[in-house]
Amino acid sequence: MPIADRAGRAGRFLWSAWAGLAGLSVFAAAWQLGHEAYGSFILPSPAETLASLAALLRDEANWALVGATACRALLGFSVAAGIGTLVGVIAGYHPAVMRLMRPQVTLLLGVPPIAWIVLLMIWFGNGAGTVVATAAIACLPIVFIGAAEGVATRDRGLDDMARAAGVGPFTRLFRVALRQMLHALFPALVMALGTAFKAAVMAELMANAGGVGEALAVARANLDVAAALAWILLAVAALIGVEYGLLQPLRAEFETWREAARPWGVKR
Amino acid sequence: MLKLDRVGHAFLGRTVLDGIDLEIAAGELVALVGPSGSGKSTLAHIAAGLVEPRLGRVTRAYRAHAVIFQEPRLMPWATAADNIALGLRRHRLARAERRKRVETVAARVALEPGDLSKYPAQLSGGMRQRTAIARALAAEPDFLFFDEPFTALDVALKRRMQDIVIDTVAASGRSGLFITHDLAEAVRIAHRILVLDRHGRGILGSRTVPLVPGARIDAMIFETVQAMLGNDPLFAHVNDCDERSVA
Repeated sequence: MPIADRAGRAGRFLWSAWAGLAGLSVFAAAWQLGHEAYGSFILPSPAETLASLAALLRDEANWALVGATACRALLGFSVAAGIGTLVGVIAGYHPAVMRLMRPQVTLLLGVPPIAWIVLLMIWFGNGAGTVVATAAIACLPIVFIGAAEGVATRDRGLDDMARAAGVGPFTRLFRVALRQMLHALFPALVMALGTAFKAAVMAELMANAGGVGEALAVARANLDVAAALAWILLAVAALIGVEYGLLQPLRAEFETWREAARPWGVKR
Repeated sequence: MLKLDRVGHAFLGRTVLDGIDLEIAAGELVALVGPSGSGKSTLAHIAAGLVEPRLGRVTRAYRAHAVIFQEPRLMPWATAADNIALGLRRHRLARAERRKRVETVAARVALEPGDLSKYPAQLSGGMRQRTAIARALAAEPDFLFFDEPFTALDVALKRRMQDIVIDTVAASGRSGLFITHDLAEAVRIAHRILVLDRHGRGILGSRTVPLVPGARIDAMIFETVQAMLGNDPLFAHVNDCDERSVA
């Protein structure tokens, strides 16, 4: 039964990709309209972009560039997810820590990523370190807020219940409090992942640090709009791959009960 | 089994309980009644160790207790079986043994095996509260606290739940403290009824209900309640309504 259940869920998940494709098709249609209004030089058509993309993908060196960007973004994201979740959980439990952290989060959110890139380039030079650190700094406050809100808004009745049932503090933390935090943490993680990719590409472009960002800089120098769009598509595809290949299945695993809680008729 | 000695409590400087003395003997199910807002729930939470009292001392002479709250307080992400097994984690049972224990207590509260794999959202209100009772019973406590557990249920379901309480506490040698504002419920299930002062200033008095829980017929329960409300000055304020915002 669990295997059949799981297969059913995976099947539904894959099937829902059609809806996603339908949405993307609408976007492509609007893009085509723009192309027909302004011409190939300003906005190449989706078909031209896809052809340019296919040409890019034939060169293995380009795969390495996308891989490098994805790795840096993921590394920065992982660092931020780890630190942000830990600090967020502590702040969620202790209102005093929360009050101390709030202005710092505002500060982190307020400093433009460009400013960070300039500072980090001075500190770390034009390497992968700058890119990873930019991605991490950009998504740290998002993860922190998600985790802190998740813990702070937990159902204290469940805490009392677990204490009354004689459940120890560690089990209470991991099986009750952190379980409740996930509903706020997962959307924050999804947003943070997207931010990490954006920040990584931007840092690469500014710092000439290789990866998709530098390829974009080259495309700009050559005024090759089709190539620039193709690189953007590649970066977005890498993000979608990570989000739907890693984050969403993880979420589905933890949130099986929401599926069960949904009323009849809105199952999929 | 349980002894409260001059217990008092205050929320933000406002006294809600003062000078509470009570004692519950082994094998005794005691109902505590009092008007709304008299501090019954706070008293139960203090007795169960969930709230630290400002004054006085609580002595607990039993091995383990369990609390059944007004709401079921089930974890929505866990199945009924996992919810029931929550308190069993510290017993370090083998998987098969744990499952057997869960099935046994589920059967005692008339939950079907098919319901055990469902999530709380898929269960009806009565089934959720029964799951909560099963969770309390799973750890084999010798003392149970009930904090107005059946207020939200309809009349038929309430009777059924009261029968479960009579069967699992009063008739099984366990002790318990049952908080309620429904005098008929108290008369039906308890050995003894305590009345809390309407401002939480001490226990006004105690009445022992004739016969044992489970042996009382409805006519006798009705007459006892009428006699208490009509002739006994102890119960004069039980049905007063003085709603305060403090739980």
